[in-house]
Amino acid sequence: MRKDIIEVRWHGRGGQGAITAAKIVANAAFVSGYKGVVMAPTFGTERRGAPVSTSLKISKKKIYDLSPITTPDIVVVLDHSLLEEVNVIDGLKENGLVILNGYKPLSEYKFEGMRVAVSDVTTHGVTAGLPPGVVNSGIIGAFAKASGLVDIAILIPIIEKEFIGKKPEKNARAAQIVHDNTVVGGI
Amino acid sequence: MHIIESGNAAAATGVKLARAQVIAAYPITPQTPLTEKLSEFVESKELDAEYILVESEHSAMAVCIAASTAGTRAFTATSANGLLYMSEQLHWAAGARLPIVMCVPNRGIGAPWTVWNDQQDTISQRDVGWIQIYANDHQQIIDSVIKAFRLAQTVSIPVMVCYDGYLLSHTYMPFDQPDQSKVDSFLPAFVPAHFLDPENPGNFNAITLPDVRPNSDGIAPGYIEIRSNLHEDLRAALDTYIDIDKEFEKEFGRGGNPLVEEYECDDADFVAVCIGSLSYQLRDVIDIMRNDGVKIGVMGVQMYRPFPDKVIVDALSGKKCAIVFEKALSYGNQGALYGDIKSALYNSDKRPFVHNYLLGLGGREIKTQQLLDALTESCTSPETIGDTPRWIGLKL
Repeated sequence: MRKDIIEVRWHGRGGQGAITAAKIVANAAFVSGYKGVVMAPTFGTERRGAPVSTSLKISKKKIYDLSPITTPDIVVVLDHSLLEEVNVIDGLKENGLVILNGYKPLSEYKFEGMRVAVSDVTTHGVTAGLPPGVVNSGIIGAFAKASGLVDIAILIPIIEKEFIGKKPEKNARAAQIVHDNTVVGGI
Repeated sequence: MHIIESGNAAAATGVKLARAQVIAAYPITPQTPLTEKLSEFVESKELDAEYILVESEHSAMAVCIAASTAGTRAFTATSANGLLYMSEQLHWAAGARLPIVMCVPNRGIGAPWTVWNDQQDTISQRDVGWIQIYANDHQQIIDSVIKAFRLAQTVSIPVMVCYDGYLLSHTYMPFDQPDQSKVDSFLPAFVPAHFLDPENPGNFNAITLPDVRPNSDGIAPGYIEIRSNLHEDLRAALDTYIDIDKEFEKEFGRGGNPLVEEYECDDADFVAVCIGSLSYQLRDVIDIMRNDGVKIGVMGVQMYRPFPDKVIVDALSGKKCAIVFEKALSYGNQGALYGDIKSALYNSDKRPFVHNYLLGLGGREIKTQQLLDALTESCTSPETIGDTPRWIGLKL
């Protein structure tokens, strides 16, 4: 009900790292002056490979309502195959933004009345030197480019810190490559 | 320094900063990430503690009792049925006056199985003689854990730090990590008055006769004297915790609401009351109703045992209505907090109406609109709602 809260819903598969991605964005938003940041994974029993979602709320003021978001401003989809299993735009506000890891051109993805941002995060990750299928660092670059909420320059050091011991430079490079290769359109 | 982490990580970090020396725990959802984090701290030597693996919660508390009796700072954590499995040992730890600290991410109790949040687990253990503190966000979790160790060793009574499972345990939000050096000066090492010592053998908590009896030290108390002391010391712990909180606030700049936390209550005609993170969710509803001209506030009960009855009576006397929301109940009667609040208000000459709403059991989502509807009804017709608890969101 509060209008000062930006709501972002992340769709991924169990084990794909949507929570880590949302946490990195939460950190970047916090250091960018958003004092209210709450990230809530779907509560319950998670299985590897099954669709999962994570709620991220961002505001300049402290957030008190911890319930999952139902009317997101932005949805982020880490895996285009989820489009066949999950109604990712459920509750998405009018003129909302869909940020998608997809290999097809922008014109192939149609979400009526919504803005769409597409990048082939999977391929760009491999270009950055990551094993195929690591997409949670790359998708952050698409989020930065398409949402304009957090700057990629702020995100890079936070990504490197979060991935300490897990190819930090390559994960940061993936975010940068995806950022530079995200196409935004729609509506 | 601020970090963004889960509520369980906030609790684990508090335990690390408090330099717990013995940790024994058995994993249970939603507590598991807390104990995993602590075992990582011990493995990486960031925390110099003995992490003792056990086969059950009953044994976890038994190990903590032994470790605390030997004079070390002991910690465990559990939830729901795990808490109930250690219940017999909870009574023992309190009766033995051991300053154990335990975190409980609150979860509903089976049957039927649920892993999701309500507060039936700790509320059902309100009478075991432990101090119960409830946190509303991650900052309160980490700060309460540190304060709990100080309180426990000051009054020689074990302390539970409770926070809503999943809603807080698995949610990420920013919180400040206190400096280790400041925590060290706030929380001095635990120096027990009596402890297990092979050089100086003694009996602890042996069979105690119904009446007092003479012994080599003079007159030994009977069971009833020992239990009366526990009760009186629990009551005195209310003021002790206020002092500890003041000292914490001076050192760390946070605190000031150790027993209850009020929001917009000063000029309010109506006050919502509840325990845990729901009291923060209600703040959004209070803002909406205040915008519409309703004089309403919300009070979160931070310390539930010992019960801060005087503070609550001072806050609610003279109001038109107190509306108690609860994620737990005394089955066959009413909400436990509701009963406590009515009992406390009985001797006030300016008693408000008191209403009781039950909600959120087993993780049922609590929608802001539902809270708004309930509060609107209570504020519109305070005299007609009556004493029977009302359920929110039932789909019967």
